[in-house]
Amino acid sequence: MQRMKRVYAKPKAMTEVPFPYCPGCSHGTIHRLVAEVIDELEIADRAIGITSAGCSVRNWRQFDCDMVMALHGRGPAVATGLKRAQPDAVIFTYQGDGDMAAIGTAEIVHAASRCERITVIYVNNGVFGATGGQQAPTTLIGQPTTSYPAGRDPRTSGYPLKMAEMLSTVSPESYIARASVHNVKNIIKAKKAIRKAFLVQIKDSGFGLAEILAACPTNWRMDPVGCMDKIKSDVIAYYPLGEFSSQMKLNPEESLEQSEGENRDRPGTL
Amino acid sequence: MKVARQKKDRVIFEKKLMRGNEAIGAGAIRAGCRFFFGYPITPQNELFEYMAQMLPQAGGTFLQSESELSGINMIYGASAGGGRCMTSSSGPGFTLMGEGLTALATAQLPAVVVCVTRAGPGLGRIASAQSDYRLATRGGGHGDYQCLVLGPASSQELYDLTYKAFDLADQYRNPVIVLSDALLGQMMEPVATGHLPRIKALQKEWAVRGKGTNPRKVIKVAPHTDEELIDWNRQLKKKYQMMKENEQRHEALLTKDAELIVVAFGSTARIALDAVLHAREEGIAVGMFRPISLYPYPDKALNKITRQGTRKLLVVEANNGQMVEDVRLAVDGSAEIAHYGFGGGYIFSPDEIYREIVGYSKK
Amino acid sequence: MNKAKGKIEIDPARCKGCRLCIWACPQQIIKTVDEADRRGIQIAYCPEDALCTACGFCYMICPDAAIAVYKKETAKDFSE
Repeated sequence: MQRMKRVYAKPKAMTEVPFPYCPGCSHGTIHRLVAEVIDELEIADRAIGITSAGCSVRNWRQFDCDMVMALHGRGPAVATGLKRAQPDAVIFTYQGDGDMAAIGTAEIVHAASRCERITVIYVNNGVFGATGGQQAPTTLIGQPTTSYPAGRDPRTSGYPLKMAEMLSTVSPESYIARASVHNVKNIIKAKKAIRKAFLVQIKDSGFGLAEILAACPTNWRMDPVGCMDKIKSDVIAYYPLGEFSSQMKLNPEESLEQSEGENRDRPGTL
Repeated sequence: MKVARQKKDRVIFEKKLMRGNEAIGAGAIRAGCRFFFGYPITPQNELFEYMAQMLPQAGGTFLQSESELSGINMIYGASAGGGRCMTSSSGPGFTLMGEGLTALATAQLPAVVVCVTRAGPGLGRIASAQSDYRLATRGGGHGDYQCLVLGPASSQELYDLTYKAFDLADQYRNPVIVLSDALLGQMMEPVATGHLPRIKALQKEWAVRGKGTNPRKVIKVAPHTDEELIDWNRQLKKKYQMMKENEQRHEALLTKDAELIVVAFGSTARIALDAVLHAREEGIAVGMFRPISLYPYPDKALNKITRQGTRKLLVVEANNGQMVEDVRLAVDGSAEIAHYGFGGGYIFSPDEIYREIVGYSKK
Repeated sequence: MNKAKGKIEIDPARCKGCRLCIWACPQQIIKTVDEADRRGIQIAYCPEDALCTACGFCYMICPDAAIAVYKKETAKDFSE
């Protein structure tokens, strides 16, 4: 009697391979959002993803599009070369905070300053995940890590890097935003940010970067739900959400802030 | 028609006066190089500037990267996208490129990397030296891999071998290093440019360009499993053995009756040749052996020569004896080996090499 | 008669038992199974489809893309 229509399911741009991440890791959520955006923009046939070093090093297994593995932090340089060779491709790098904000700082700063027509998905979870939870440039003050068990002390290891703000000052033609995936409302906003970071490249208006605040339950030594609360209470307090650079001309309905209203049209969402 | 034909023939044999660094650039563009990413460093700047000027005219992309690290990784990207691409540097920058070289070799991406060697170690000075021989011939980075290395000795060879380097890179899907030095780079010589066909865009079926309607492609720099890495290394080993078998290049002169042979590469070989010819005039049975491929080392040819009777080898190079190891391996105990040379920017005179030849031949 | 407006399907091969869906579900109808599977994971399941509104929160929050959400077609759809 009952007829059911599938309204939400794993996006097409994702392969069948299950995620290799720990339970509750935000990488999976962000992978899914990127794949959904690839589906919605219908760019799977011309998208090329660039992987980075860290937990997401083998995410070429997850995205069903052409993929190139890059070395630690060099994603934006590889993307620069690839974009010159394949200007019609839609190129995105997927980088963590260890990869992009530490070893790859030079590459991302100069790619942003050249306003390269690439999209950067920057996952900020405040630790080096794959190597065992060492301090990242983004680790919060006082947050314990395996390299500084007593917590980050700015006198010895400086202050957390705010990449989105920093890059927005050097990249006049760009879309740079920070979003979070700690609850459904923010996940929808994060998807908006990712979508716009792709659109700015597709429309040839500039460099796109979506910084996504993410959880690492294993290295934060917390359960996944606790991580969501920590992002809400601590992480966002230091890393404010929002758009820091938006030089491209977009339709008003594509603004990050109106995402909830727009989504009301779709069945079953907010 | 006849006139045009004559004119064309004349163009073919026309020579242009070129600085060595420029000859590299000209050879690269002739070979279809359309992407150059590099960072300024003396003494390779003329090549860098040549590409900045000439590559856009040829429809290519020149980009000054923020470092050699970025440069070589941009090469990695452009090569993954199917373009013929090149970068260049000198010792201090070439060291940084080790990271990219090992990645290119692992991902089996073709690229040409030029090292215009300056005197090290450290920042050193910009005078000419051959002290990056070991770095280049041993791969330049970590892990078990090899780059093909070519050691030209004139502007003409810089042009021809750079051109050849692109073909070899594509043939083996492997980075190829052109090991030049400050002396060759700055020297001006006539170069014939028309004898090599002009290469346009190449179709590389493995390159990524977006999957379209085909199955997706992945350019990998790491395997997924332990077994895959072992298998990967087996395949690479097979490739390196094939390179070793088929890509040995050298030039031998007056070696047939020689009791002593001078072994030298690149700019030093030019100076040593003067000394060898001088010694011949004085009645000393001396010959000259010049490796052109530095990896693989032309050990088959050198071994044959020493097996046929040459008892003494004098290795002359502008470093502390880095090539001696390869010579020793090549002759495998069949000849006595001496080294003459210094690093640090010292440039030989033919006379002092001549005196070494005389002294060593009497020992 | 089943009055459910929606239902969810959780892929047991993808679910890692992180419990974020349980936390996010506004109807509080998702639970974990008692028995751990051979990976040692107590996967999530939804025993009470009747209360599901097909809101998609569980799909949104799931970090393993393990959940598919179905929504009952409207009466209008039936008549057509």
